[in-house]
Amino acid sequence: MKVFVEGIGVWAAGLEGWASSREVLAGMRPYVPAPLTVPPSPLLPPNERRRTVATVRLALKVGAEAFANAGRDPSATATVFTSSGGDGETLHGILESLSTAELDVSPTRFHNSVHNAPAGYWTIATRSREPSTSLCAFDASFSAGLLDAAAQAVFDHCAVALIAYDLPYPEPLHSARAIGSTFGVAFVLTPEPTRASFARLTLALGRGFTAPTSLADAALETLRQGNPAARSLPLLQALARGSEAEIALDHVNGNTIAISIAPPPW
Amino acid sequence: MQPLRLTAFSLVTSLGLGVDATLDALRAGRSGLVPRGFDAGLATFVGEVPTPEPLAPALADFDCRNNRIAALALQDDAFAEAVAAAREHYGASRIGIFLGTSTSGIEQTEQAYRRRDPWTGKLPTDYHYAETHNTFSLAALTARLFRLAGPAVVVSAACATTAKALGNATRMIAAGLCDAAIVGGADSLCATTIYGFRSLGLTSEGPCRPFDAARDGLSLGEAAGFALLEKSEGRGGRDDILLLGIGESNDAYHMSTPDPQGSGARLAMERALASAGLAASDIDYINLHGTATRVGDAAEDIAVTAVFGPQTPCSSTKGHTGHTLGAAGIVETIISSLAIRHDLMPGSPCTRSLDPCLRSRYLLENRSARVARVMSNSFGFGGSNCSLILGRVAP
Repeated sequence: MKVFVEGIGVWAAGLEGWASSREVLAGMRPYVPAPLTVPPSPLLPPNERRRTVATVRLALKVGAEAFANAGRDPSATATVFTSSGGDGETLHGILESLSTAELDVSPTRFHNSVHNAPAGYWTIATRSREPSTSLCAFDASFSAGLLDAAAQAVFDHCAVALIAYDLPYPEPLHSARAIGSTFGVAFVLTPEPTRASFARLTLALGRGFTAPTSLADAALETLRQGNPAARSLPLLQALARGSEAEIALDHVNGNTIAISIAPPPW
Repeated sequence: MQPLRLTAFSLVTSLGLGVDATLDALRAGRSGLVPRGFDAGLATFVGEVPTPEPLAPALADFDCRNNRIAALALQDDAFAEAVAAAREHYGASRIGIFLGTSTSGIEQTEQAYRRRDPWTGKLPTDYHYAETHNTFSLAALTARLFRLAGPAVVVSAACATTAKALGNATRMIAAGLCDAAIVGGADSLCATTIYGFRSLGLTSEGPCRPFDAARDGLSLGEAAGFALLEKSEGRGGRDDILLLGIGESNDAYHMSTPDPQGSGARLAMERALASAGLAASDIDYINLHGTATRVGDAAEDIAVTAVFGPQTPCSSTKGHTGHTLGAAGIVETIISSLAIRHDLMPGSPCTRSLDPCLRSRYLLENRSARVARVMSNSFGFGGSNCSLILGRVAP
């Protein structure tokens, strides 16, 4: 399967936006993680902005950046959202309420608790009626999302945005599911090269013929291992370097996804 | 799209264990909904699966209500045999797993929160997040039970989930990443959805009455359903059901209220027809989403009549099964397949008097008539819509 990358968005500690992250990942500047906030999305009306939860803010943040970099209209583009879990604060709030005698779930919390809440807010904010799905494959959620987005781009012959995000859960859930830090990443993919394309990805599913690619920088490697969406870092690094590369991402059931990255001309 | 074959089915709902139990209930016009009282003064009707047995010791980490119900369906003899034969034919790494659930084993986490350590606030040590609460646990359990090694993912797009999972499987087969797929999924009753839907004022006190003038909300149900989806060439029998088309869309309207004009629903139905290369007149019966909320049924009625006019027979089977949330797509895919196999258009057991404001040709009673092609609708929170078209192998 071949797809072309038109735009990228990224948001994580020390990787705030693709333009500056690119220099860090290409090794031109050192990686220096700094405390991270996820700003409310300008895509939403002001009264909605305040109510949005962290997963929604993060997904909208990286999605908007990828589309801006691609110069593509989000209202006419299909989306694939992928994350290991739903919104942690929302989930914790519901579980707290349900452990008391009141058994009171707030309606806003309930609709924010669904796994596809970021997809719902995104499609409302961008007025997109194009297909959108919301996926999970635990630690392999990024590669599962990438496979589905690429297959959809090729099979339906359309542009598809992949938006991957995960945030740490609050305690006591964090002790049961440790996600190390916040990481959001988005790609706009097309089945054919366009004027905005800057890399071609050739994807193949392989059974254990390669180990997943790791990162030489210890802090970036910790980031990669600690967050399912950050499993995209080897791909981001190869794209930041801008040269031909072969990498592998971990998938499920003993599989990896092998990706050949090629800059133009194709 | 290139049609794919659905070659085996398995189903567990409040109507019973096995596809035949559901067929019998459909034929008898029997509802699986029963009255249930919950804490905090909540009285409602639910479609419950009789207390499922704990999982085998080797699968103890996966043990939770959702996985128990899923395992009941997966371990159905005929289905397990069909999967084993497919594994023999295609190879374990050529069979993908594309499932769906909305709440997975969250009920296990609800219980764990009630058992938190009073001093440290920690969850009990016998609680396993990855194998129960995480939505992917369903795919991990399926891969374990059937010793499969292909690509896998779990979709969670509210109540359109397991219909959309057929789309994921179709794309992966078209892309050549697998030759066959286990599709379907499970959702089970839990406090999160029972009290969550109440908070939105969407739960009826009685059994749900889709398209009824007096409808006043949904009844929650639980279910697990699975199907084996295969490439059309090669293996297969005359009894197989064809997946002919899929249409997906979004309302882009509101998080928990459907677009009252049904524009997104209409788009999903039109896209499904286009994907199948069929006209509206080619569809013999529509299995509606029809959850019996005031707004939802009215919006679907507008969308259905806009695409089909008022002639095409249709009904919601939520009055039989309750709204099984993420599982509704696969439950109704299987019910639609039964409709085709047995030329049976199911009626609507809890609906008494049709809403005169709705124009669709809604069936109150079972109808026996030739059913060659069915559309099945699934719509969910976040404005997620999916319509499927199913047909028979030998026209």
